[in-house]
Amino acid sequence: MSELRELYQETILDHYRRPRNAGRLADANRVAEGYNPLCGDRIKLFLKVDDGVIRDARFEGNGCAIATASASLMTESIKGKRADEALRLLEQVHHMVAGGGSGGGVGKLQVLSGVHEFPQRVKCATLAWHTMKAALENVAVPVTTE
Amino acid sequence: MSLTNKLFHYDDLQAQFWRTDFPLLKSRVHDKPLIYLDNAATTQKPLAVIEAERNYYLYTNANVHRGIHSLSLQATEAYEHARTTAQHLLNAASSSEIIFVRGTTEAINLVAQSYGRSRLHSGDEIILSQMEHHSNIVPWQMLCQQTGATLRIIPVNDDGELRMEVFAGLLNEHTRLVAVTHVSNSLGTINPVAEIVAQAHRHGVPVLLDGAQAVAHLPVDVQALDCDFYAFSGHKLYGPTGIGVLYGKAALLEAMPPYQGGGDMIRSVSFAETTFNSLPYRFEAGTPNIAGAIGLGVAIDYLNNFDWEELLAHEQSLLTYAMQAMSDIPGLRIIGNAREKICILSFVLEGMHPHDVGTILDGEGVAIRTGHHCNMPLMERFGVPATARASFALYNSRHDVDVLVSAIQHAQEVFKQ
Ligand SMILES: Cc1ncc(COP(=O)(O)O)c(C=O)c1O
Repeated sequence: MSELRELYQETILDHYRRPRNAGRLADANRVAEGYNPLCGDRIKLFLKVDDGVIRDARFEGNGCAIATASASLMTESIKGKRADEALRLLEQVHHMVAGGGSGGGVGKLQVLSGVHEFPQRVKCATLAWHTMKAALENVAVPVTTE
Repeated sequence: MSLTNKLFHYDDLQAQFWRTDFPLLKSRVHDKPLIYLDNAATTQKPLAVIEAERNYYLYTNANVHRGIHSLSLQATEAYEHARTTAQHLLNAASSSEIIFVRGTTEAINLVAQSYGRSRLHSGDEIILSQMEHHSNIVPWQMLCQQTGATLRIIPVNDDGELRMEVFAGLLNEHTRLVAVTHVSNSLGTINPVAEIVAQAHRHGVPVLLDGAQAVAHLPVDVQALDCDFYAFSGHKLYGPTGIGVLYGKAALLEAMPPYQGGGDMIRSVSFAETTFNSLPYRFEAGTPNIAGAIGLGVAIDYLNNFDWEELLAHEQSLLTYAMQAMSDIPGLRIIGNAREKICILSFVLEGMHPHDVGTILDGEGVAIRTGHHCNMPLMERFGVPATARASFALYNSRHDVDVLVSAIQHAQEVFKQ
């Protein structure tokens, strides 16, 4: 199945095996937790936000390759972005994986586009992103994908 | 594995033949033949069951216990016949001890809310095990909140067996009920339920057995077990969804208050007073799942066509074959190595999340379950967030195991790239 190769691209597997920005962030001022009850993916996201700009991002958790790679890629791409830019990126990524959008403007996050062929896996790919939104909005209760 | 091994297993040929009774098993998934290994979630249905439901609506549909007209009589007879069939499956003493419910979940809730709520008080204890399905945990937690009772848990050893020596110590003068599963849905462990009942009864404590995973794979005799309640779901027994059975000893059921109120469960109603119907109708408020009950009866008839010895031998040899084939895969760990188990294999693969395994196997036409299997406390016990689970039924064969094994190897290759 070529869709499978598309889903499990080298970059995805690489970020799964060696997640970037893994661990806690001591001086985080925004923290949120996300949970995907269907498969048990869990993520805790730490952000440091100053003047509306995400200065640093880290995460810890336990999830499948898609959830982990998505979180890892996300932390890389939101660092240095303004909160509203990061939220716009969320919209674009969501549109790409759930709606089959082209993913124009998401840069290297395009590697997540293969998820679109696997509707059961959309929640894995978007978990970290919903968690980021919760962190930016200071939501205290864990977000779930249900 | 030698060629003779692969080709000339009598029971395997049988299974290939039995398989033809199940129309859905002819399907293809992603253009590959479907290999259905999610039987612990629900089994496929033989044509006889599908036709029984259809024929009910084509020729017999009417409400039960209500009409004087012929159709209603026929529907009532068919529904009550299914009850007798279920009675014989469990070897219950009387058909009035068989209550039709939606499934195992509803059966357990019924016992918790009717038996439990009327009898339990603050300080009382309910014993469960660490391997219970959420449906045999949450109803008791709700009961504990309502009554102030508390839960005590029988732990599981590294092989996935109940630690019976701990169970013995948990039983005490506060224990009011033991509720354990006959067979574990993620480990496959067959629990020593006769021994559990005997020990509990020595303390005067009644026992509920969750038979959801047992009835399709083991003969069950509630009188020999002497259990007080036994619950199962039709859909895991080659029957329809939305129908199941609660067996209860008549003496206990007689003394229990109704669970739901409504039609059928009453003898007479006035605004001053309602008198309740006799067993089993007292616990069947409202129009029941008539077609489902009839379908369940036919599923049990279907199972009765088999010789239990032959079935057990087939599923056990499949288990031996699968355990061997799976343990030969490098990086694969099987969770659940009980000496007594049915053909359920939970496993994890090094460096791969079960969810990814499930997606790749699906691409090969292999349907397995991945996740926590409604056993979150058990997953915690084994230190995994989830497992992949292959669960077998009478129509599975060594061929299915072979396809599963090569699909797993394929998944490992995808992740190695
Ligand atoms: C051991 C066990 N108990 C209870 C249940 C719940 O059955 P149902 O969902 O049919 O009510 C299941 C089904 O997954 C099970 O495996």
